[in-house]
Amino acid sequence: MYVAVKGGEAAIEASRALLADARRGDRTLPQIEVAQIEQQLGLAVDRVMGEASLYDRELAALAIKQAQGDLQEAAFLLRAFRTTLPRFGVSLPIETARMTIARRISATYKDLPGGQVLGPTFDYTHRLLDFGLLCNEEPPPTPVGDGPVDAEMPRATAALEAEGLLAREDDDGRPPPDLTREPLMFPAPRALRLQALARGDEGFLLAMGYSTQRGYGGTHPFAAEIRFGTVAVEIVPEELGFAIEVGDVAVTECQMVNQFKGSKTKPPQFTRGYGLVFGHAERRAMGMALVDRALQARELGEDIVAPAQDEEFVLSHVDNVEASGFVQHLKLPHYVDFQSELELIRALRAEAAGRAETSCKAAE
Amino acid sequence: MPIVRMCRGLYLIEGSTLHIMSPACHPRTTSPNGLAQRRLWLGVLARTPRHTLEAAISALDPAPAWRRLRGPETGMIMVRGRLGGDGAPFNLGEMTVTRCSVTLPCGTIGHAYVAGRDLRRAELAALCDGLLQTSLFALLKAALIEPEQRRQAAQREERLRRSAATRVDFQTLVRMG
Repeated sequence: MYVAVKGGEAAIEASRALLADARRGDRTLPQIEVAQIEQQLGLAVDRVMGEASLYDRELAALAIKQAQGDLQEAAFLLRAFRTTLPRFGVSLPIETARMTIARRISATYKDLPGGQVLGPTFDYTHRLLDFGLLCNEEPPPTPVGDGPVDAEMPRATAALEAEGLLAREDDDGRPPPDLTREPLMFPAPRALRLQALARGDEGFLLAMGYSTQRGYGGTHPFAAEIRFGTVAVEIVPEELGFAIEVGDVAVTECQMVNQFKGSKTKPPQFTRGYGLVFGHAERRAMGMALVDRALQARELGEDIVAPAQDEEFVLSHVDNVEASGFVQHLKLPHYVDFQSELELIRALRAEAAGRAETSCKAAE
Repeated sequence: MPIVRMCRGLYLIEGSTLHIMSPACHPRTTSPNGLAQRRLWLGVLARTPRHTLEAAISALDPAPAWRRLRGPETGMIMVRGRLGGDGAPFNLGEMTVTRCSVTLPCGTIGHAYVAGRDLRRAELAALCDGLLQTSLFALLKAALIEPEQRRQAAQREERLRRSAATRVDFQTLVRMG
């Protein structure tokens, strides 16, 4: 528990000024433009939008500038701004099969309809520092294909579904639960888990996903498909009564297929882990898909033995705005709390010392 | 007529203005074909840059008059995905959207919902939606909607072609030994 304290206004004001100055850095250098962050630090923008759970590239870039590049702080700023906006409604579910593809790869099928499209990726870079960027070298023009990639690409998992080796996802037509409107309750349905994971901390998702690969709730995954591109967002405004497109959002989708030995009721088959996140964020989408699969342990009748399979553990700790808030609240004044602890410890020590003295005397 | 800043209020306004509108004012949204057309132009307008909308409106002679019914105001839409891509829906996260509703002197109402926070862009898009329901349809279609639709399609095509240049044909190597 912390208590309210008074005073320190002047110090706080000076601290804010110092923070603004630290953010500005060397004043002989031009100030970085929000538009530059949006364009040239696009993956940071994607991460902030994902973890804030608000898609707005310009605001995410502004938050990054304000937070001096501290992406968790930026997500916090954007999440806080979110609370000032009314919600006009919900979209129709986005159609990722009709994505305008920038990248689409499969690690399970060499040849698949639509092909493997590498798009912009770090995967085939040498991970050597590019000193050309130190002197602002401009990149060469990009090659352009003779024709476009397919406007519609079937999922790489479609073949497995057709053969009955991978269960199709059901749609019971019920509206999904919403984490932003109702508190998190356990057991959590999969739709709620996915919402929490989609805005979860990338580092946490990565570590949890990694733990499943290392045997803590092993799921034997294959990356059946990763795709990144833009999809149209459609809504049905009450005053119109029909669906209209409001624009596009960039998303990354990951389909993991996992070995499943079967259970008393289910024959051996593959199971699915699903990841869908704002922006271009493959590590995040893959982590989400691994954790989504691990969290299906309960529904699949698997033993829950590892942290990644424990939904209460995962969902309670995946949000970095909450986690950061609770860890950082320790910086707030705990003077009274600590004083009582201090007195308690002193009293216990005195009591223990007294007991030792008595037993010493008794022994003599 | 009181203006209610609520979705449902708009129904009332719409309902009460319908009978005072001249038939020529509202000719296209009643048929299924008209609906499909309006759906299409609203989608195009949602992606039209502000300066293009400004240019199209300022080219109109006489300059159109309009009154704001609601907004422009910025809020959010909760974007939904589906489990596995095609299963039950789940809430992915929100996006900023700006909406506006305007009324023309003839009583026609234009609506717009556009991604982002550009208030002026949303208002101009709503105005265009209104005007496209009037006798200016053919003019605006030719001067704004069709060229903008072509530009958006070309931009998309360009992206898809640049992706296509990165399409791989993996070749399985002959196993050695």
